[in-house]
Amino acid sequence: MADFDQELDARGLNCPLPILRAKKALNDLGDGQVLRIMATDPGSVKDFEAFAQQTGNTLLESNEDNGEFHFLLRKNG
Amino acid sequence: MADKKLAIIATKGTLDWAYPPFILASTASALGYQTCIFFTFYGLQLVKKKLDLKVSPLGNPGMPMPMGMNKWFPVLGTTIPGMEGMMTTMMKQKIKAKGVATIDELRDLCVEAEVRLVGCQMTIDLFDIKRDELLDNIELGGAATFFEFAGDADVTLFI
Repeated sequence: MADFDQELDARGLNCPLPILRAKKALNDLGDGQVLRIMATDPGSVKDFEAFAQQTGNTLLESNEDNGEFHFLLRKNG
Repeated sequence: MADKKLAIIATKGTLDWAYPPFILASTASALGYQTCIFFTFYGLQLVKKKLDLKVSPLGNPGMPMPMGMNKWFPVLGTTIPGMEGMMTTMMKQKIKAKGVATIDELRDLCVEAEVRLVGCQMTIDLFDIKRDELLDNIELGGAATFFEFAGDADVTLFI
């Protein structure tokens, strides 16, 4: 498993809360640091891709494991 | 690159229609948009300090009702006193069960993200709404105030 600097548990939350919580968590991270997000909202898969693309952060990983979605998001700038 | 801008006009004051403006505004802020919501007519219910939003099955054939009630329930049944309260309670239970944010929560997130909230002065006069019933941190303005922001917005929505 890849390294990360902080973890966000967004399980049980629905759109748009996982994205909003992730944005907030990223604010506390430094450039190049990685946030791991756990979610159960199936819509979050597309949404984290779209979020990364529009904010210039990098989605390093997006996995599904037993109905849970895990993302690794690297903060850029 | 300058920030993108999103301008929303919120005209509806029911629990269901309170979602789109606050979901889109909070998400847009997270994506780096400068965002402004102009609340007019029934939309002003969404910026009252104390939210009392309801949802009604009346005149809304698209609303799913519990136990397939919409299949066998006569349209007139949706006018029964207490129906609105019942549907509102059920909707709030669903919202909680599915991990959907409450309107209070989304609204707080918008305020925190510095979404600009503007209340329509004309509506306030028209309906005799008291300034102190509304959130302290909203501005009041008119159509020209909206266009000042929306004039160069990238996305403009009427909800």
